[in-house]
Amino acid sequence: MKKSHLTIDGNEAVARVAHKINEVIAIYPITPSSPMAELSDIYSTKGEKNIFGTVPDIMEMQSEGGASGAIHGSLQTGALTTTFTSSQGLLLMIPNMYKIAGELTPAVFHVAARSLAAQALSIFGDHSDVMSVRQTGFALYSSNSVQEAHDAALIAQAASLKSRIPFLHFFDGFRTSHEINKIKLIDEDVMTKMIDEDLVFAHRSRALSSDNPVIRGTSQNPDVYFQGRESVNNYYSALPEILQETMDKFATLTGRAYKIFDYVGASDAERIIILMGSGAETAHESVDYFTAQGEKVGMIKVRLYRPFSTEHLLEALPKTTKSIAVLDRTKEVGAGEPLYLDVVSALNELREYDKLGFDMPKIIGGRYGLSSKEFTPSMIKAVFDELSKPSPKNHFTIGIHDDLSNTSLEWDKSYSISDDKTFRGVFFGLGSDGTVGANKNSIKIIGEETDNYAQGYFVYDSNKSGSMTTSHLRFGPKPIQSSYLIEKANFIACHQSVFLEKFDILKLADKGAIFLLNSPFSKDIVFSKLPRQVQEEIIEKKLKFYVIDAATVAKKSGMGRRINTVMQTCFFAISGILPREEAIAKIKGSIQKSYGNKGQQIVDMNNKAVDNTLENLFEVKVPTEAKSNLKMSPLVKGDFDDFVKNITAKIIAGEGDDIPVSAMPDDGTWPTGTTQYQKRNIALEVPVWDSETCIQCNKCVIVCPHAAIRSKVVDENILSDAPGIFSYVKAKGKTFEPQEQFTIQVAVEDCTGCSLCVEVCPAKNKSQSNLKAINMMPQEGVHDDGVINWDYFTKLPAYDRNKLDHAKSKESQFLEPMFEFSGACPGCGETPYVKLASQLFGDRMVIANATGCSSIYGGNLPTTPWRKNDEGRGPAWSNSLFEDNAEFGLGFRLAIDKHTHNAREILAEMREEIGAKLVDSILNSAQENEPEIFEQRARVEELKKALKSIESKDSQRLANLSDYLVKKSVWMMGGDGWAYDIGYGGLDHVLASGKNVNILVLDTQVYSNTGGQQSKATMTGAVAKFAAGGKAQTPKDLAMMAIAYGNVYVAKIAMGANDAQTVKAFVEAEKYDGPSIIIAYSHCVAHGYDLRYGMDHQKLAVDSGLWPIFRYNPDLKAEGKNPMQLDYKGPKIDVKNFMYQETRFKMVEKLNMDNAKEYLETAREHAKNQYKRYKNIEEISARPEGAI
Amino acid sequence: MDLSTTYMGLKLKNPIIVGASPLTASFESIKRLEEAGAAAIVLHSIFEEQINHETHELDYFLFKGSEDYAEALGYFPEVTLSNIESESYLDEITKLKENISIPVIASLNGVSKGGWINYAKKLQAAGVDAIELNITYIPTDIDVDAREVEMLYIDALKAVKENVSIPVSVKMNAVFSAPAQMAKKLVEAGAEGLVLFDRPVHVDIDLENLNSLQVINPSNSNDLSETLRWSAILYKKLDVSLCASTGVKTHEDILKAIMSGADAVQMVGALLEHGPEYIEIVLHHLLAWMQEKEYVSIQQMKGSISLHHTSNPAAYQRANYMRILTDYRY
Repeated sequence: MKKSHLTIDGNEAVARVAHKINEVIAIYPITPSSPMAELSDIYSTKGEKNIFGTVPDIMEMQSEGGASGAIHGSLQTGALTTTFTSSQGLLLMIPNMYKIAGELTPAVFHVAARSLAAQALSIFGDHSDVMSVRQTGFALYSSNSVQEAHDAALIAQAASLKSRIPFLHFFDGFRTSHEINKIKLIDEDVMTKMIDEDLVFAHRSRALSSDNPVIRGTSQNPDVYFQGRESVNNYYSALPEILQETMDKFATLTGRAYKIFDYVGASDAERIIILMGSGAETAHESVDYFTAQGEKVGMIKVRLYRPFSTEHLLEALPKTTKSIAVLDRTKEVGAGEPLYLDVVSALNELREYDKLGFDMPKIIGGRYGLSSKEFTPSMIKAVFDELSKPSPKNHFTIGIHDDLSNTSLEWDKSYSISDDKTFRGVFFGLGSDGTVGANKNSIKIIGEETDNYAQGYFVYDSNKSGSMTTSHLRFGPKPIQSSYLIEKANFIACHQSVFLEKFDILKLADKGAIFLLNSPFSKDIVFSKLPRQVQEEIIEKKLKFYVIDAATVAKKSGMGRRINTVMQTCFFAISGILPREEAIAKIKGSIQKSYGNKGQQIVDMNNKAVDNTLENLFEVKVPTEAKSNLKMSPLVKGDFDDFVKNITAKIIAGEGDDIPVSAMPDDGTWPTGTTQYQKRNIALEVPVWDSETCIQCNKCVIVCPHAAIRSKVVDENILSDAPGIFSYVKAKGKTFEPQEQFTIQVAVEDCTGCSLCVEVCPAKNKSQSNLKAINMMPQEGVHDDGVINWDYFTKLPAYDRNKLDHAKSKESQFLEPMFEFSGACPGCGETPYVKLASQLFGDRMVIANATGCSSIYGGNLPTTPWRKNDEGRGPAWSNSLFEDNAEFGLGFRLAIDKHTHNAREILAEMREEIGAKLVDSILNSAQENEPEIFEQRARVEELKKALKSIESKDSQRLANLSDYLVKKSVWMMGGDGWAYDIGYGGLDHVLASGKNVNILVLDTQVYSNTGGQQSKATMTGAVAKFAAGGKAQTPKDLAMMAIAYGNVYVAKIAMGANDAQTVKAFVEAEKYDGPSIIIAYSHCVAHGYDLRYGMDHQKLAVDSGLWPIFRYNPDLKAEGKNPMQLDYKGPKIDVKNFMYQETRFKMVEKLNMDNAKEYLETAREHAKNQYKRYKNIEEISARPEGAI
Repeated sequence: MDLSTTYMGLKLKNPIIVGASPLTASFESIKRLEEAGAAAIVLHSIFEEQINHETHELDYFLFKGSEDYAEALGYFPEVTLSNIESESYLDEITKLKENISIPVIASLNGVSKGGWINYAKKLQAAGVDAIELNITYIPTDIDVDAREVEMLYIDALKAVKENVSIPVSVKMNAVFSAPAQMAKKLVEAGAEGLVLFDRPVHVDIDLENLNSLQVINPSNSNDLSETLRWSAILYKKLDVSLCASTGVKTHEDILKAIMSGADAVQMVGALLEHGPEYIEIVLHHLLAWMQEKEYVSIQQMKGSISLHHTSNPAAYQRANYMRILTDYRY
């Protein structure tokens, strides 16, 4: 039997409808809308048909701009077409949106509304994006909850077909797109009734067809363009009524009634709030609460925002209205916000033409909820309170403390309207422990197998490794409208006991709440092991305290570190939501459902975990007194400034909401080098160095993704004050003097425990071959010594850069990294390259970073991994957009070149004044290597001194520009999504520019940051999102395309296959006075294997021939040498030996055996052909210039 | 000339069974083996641990990294998996059975009871003619005694026998303290065939990388010795089919195996070396030898030089060479 209810998130609620009523879906991944596209791809891969009996075609494009073009084309040729997008993606669609609307084309775009990148990017929800397209001619339709989004997806399509006006259906990113809620499903029969097939035929009859040819998209001139633009007015004026009729029809079919302006509240309300989106649900809930208390308040939910129907607004507004607050979830700088202006203008027009029918109310506008900022009943109360004032604040903000321009309203943070009938549980887990998955499962069990309503919302922190997740779950007999985080919980679960020492986990606990803790300690001693503050809270709030050693139970059940099923069982056993036996039976039922297709063993393992849990869950007898001496551990350490103390540390502590406006940088500029203060201590095991076994190759240092393992060579005299536990040995190699000592040290508090260093270590202990020169040990045992050693180590001087051969892998690793302790995944394959670049060129680097993983681990608050050296120099870094990074970086080059050129011009003119010798030496310095650059820096310092004594405009100008006389290294970094797809046009242009820029492509062969969607770099046979059955095509050869220019330095590298080649490529690329591109194989969590073996897999990739490594250096042509140097010898192993070590390839076998075989064969051929092609280039390149 | 023989109730046109190996891993190769004259094949092994491992591995890696970061709540599409427990392998068997006429024996490799039953049932349903259990257990625990090890074998066999009706053989290990009694126990537990013997992968040390490793070390005719000894000893002592499996390289090895008491032989190494068509050559030589020596059937020579029928039983019975000066009788 088909279910009438489902417990799903907003994205799924929309995708389920959109896939059913469209024929073509053109997509591109962008958070938070990506799941809609991914689900559509899965539905089509499974062969699910739409209501017209055919499986919709899904096409991933190279960008949202591309998607909108494809949509426009598909619509123009008569297919029902849709897309899903957000934020910057929507902006890229604007040109086509005008066209689609201008041509009166029915279509619906579903948008998970998200902030736009301004002073910073944000992936979270607000209406900045949709408000930026309100002028395109699309109808804007807001849905406010998961149920509404499901319904609106259908209503919008029906109304669009009827009105011929394209719709943008939007709902709040994350808050609705990712909130799980119990909804009533629309029956397919209802869809069929709602979508009038005659209108579909009409749409198709307007299609471009050679059987009935017309032309569209003409060019119009001053004589008629204007009139043409006005010709559509009647369609727009008819739309509100058409939509309302469609909503009414939907109501008769489903019982769920909507209005384009929906009023909620007292019939005699005097104070009204108008808003749209998920905040309207909270407002609705609050107004119900206030009116029950006799308050004369009300609210209007705006559903149809464009076209804006003044008449319908008036209809919704009570005649008793005295004051109105219009709330916008966007910021329009220098003017009022759009919804506010629309309401003001509408009511003014009504008044001017005597249509208002009551006294003109006072209207104020306010901003709330930007970037998913919390919007709570307490804030709504504050707005209503403001409306009661004789002179309420206009253009206010609510939800922040604006002490700069005093816009903010105060609100009472302790105020709550939550009722006793709703269960409110908050769960703190680690990303990798399965907490969120378990909670999603619990919501489904309760939502779908009981009469309760259920809601779940999940908060993740900003790191990709060791991140904390917070799950907010509500269950109750009434539909849940609270679109805000839980403020008072009657159930708190802490799935990792270490959180108790870092965060105030029990802050949210209500009096008498249940507290469940996963702890290695038994029920008898666990209380004594808690920090004092936690003990006090438990006693004071009279919490019922339960403990389980979930790690042990999970391990015994074969679950490893995954405690999801264990903690879920605990939750059901003690929360009392369901009778215990029933709950356990339901968990087991759900295990069968969730894991059935992964094999009986997985089901058995989980069932075993359920049984083992119940035997190991205990209530703790809480003493009457808190006696612990344990204090909360500090979240930041070190010698930091006030900025870190007042801003960074607060964000780390989860108190960023309390930071006032005045404390925030106003132009998005932040200090670098702050990850060093955030001691995350997330590694359970850390590497420990064995100086006697070590052969001093520095491979562990080069591969460390987090720069947590470093080596130094220092004079033995310096080490005289070393702590006794500090190990070092005589430095090996001709570069070093006999008295110089080598040491390797580990930042135990910054290490993520990935073990790449251990795997890559080539040295073996002579007595125990399972030990290497680096071995993993439990962090606990080595932490304290490690901290002392690291502290001492960081204070040791760095080796003289000019004495090191930077092109040698080993020696490059004595260079100080200026990229450290990022939030990248443990074992990340990208960051070793990024770090290497910072070591080699950090003191003169300017980096343009495309949006993606590298912009997130490089620039996501609270802390930044890019840092300075002791002289205060270091990489300057910025992220513009995803699509424009090459152009952005080229802009850097243009400006820097201009500055340099200008400085040289002035310098030449001032030759006599300054002194010919100094000027000539500056102007003539080639700066081809680092010693020369250092010399030039010294000369420029001399110049600056000289300029101080010369008073002239030129002198001032030159002083201002003099630093540009020293070489600057311009880098553009990003992933394959940027370089192969969305940014390729710009990247290609930059390659063609001949300018001296360096491009680093961190090639994971998927869009890693958004969760592994396929790109044009995705290898044949790999399963990725949007290639759910495995990719059939061979990957694009970006390197070959770049080589075709002839004057571009091109390197394809894989550190795990050949670190020497990697280092050489970086040095050569940077040295090359022209465009350089390095395409770096980056292993990734999306490949599906234990990343400690990342470097081994890189080698396998190269040996299989699927990842050729080579360098094409145009400089060598001038020397009469072959510019093409193949650094591999063709396929050495069968592709299967590489591919089937990774889940991304291997899982094809579990999907379709025939495809698996075919993909292997295609990959095998590709490896051979690729080698043949490169070999050809090598041979051809060996011929003298001009020869054929 | 009658080359036919009966092995576990299966009628074989000649004594050559192709053992579990890469040769029996693909349809094309099996077809070639059949055409070259193979009387039966043992499919490449399903390794219980491998399937378990892969199942857990897949579950683990599809989970890993999920729900960790707001932008990437998972790294793989949520597809419905199939073929989790080698269902496609079973489909291939069914297809294979439709396309060849010689008996197909499946080989199951592992140690635990759970996995055996599951796969044995599925293999029977897929249409195999018999199952060969390869129970290779290396007792590294110094507290595990011989009886416990033996029970592991017996229990696994019983578990399979209770769940299938087709014949089941056990590929024995040569290093039991009392192989004959072990053989008896296996037969009592229901084994219809004994394969003599399993040849464990060799162990070596890699001096370059300072590591221990496993190496494939093909058998040669010299390895036939233990097989001959035990088939000669077990012949007619137990109601069971015997299959000689280690060191059978030539027609002479086949003759020796049959004469010692084996009902059939398994060949792998020689075919890996010379290709499936080598079977034809071996059969040709076998026939020629039999013609020359005027044998009329394989049946005729079976067990003719077993422990009971040999004129030199000491060859099978004595571990050390003993020079017997004279033949004497009381």
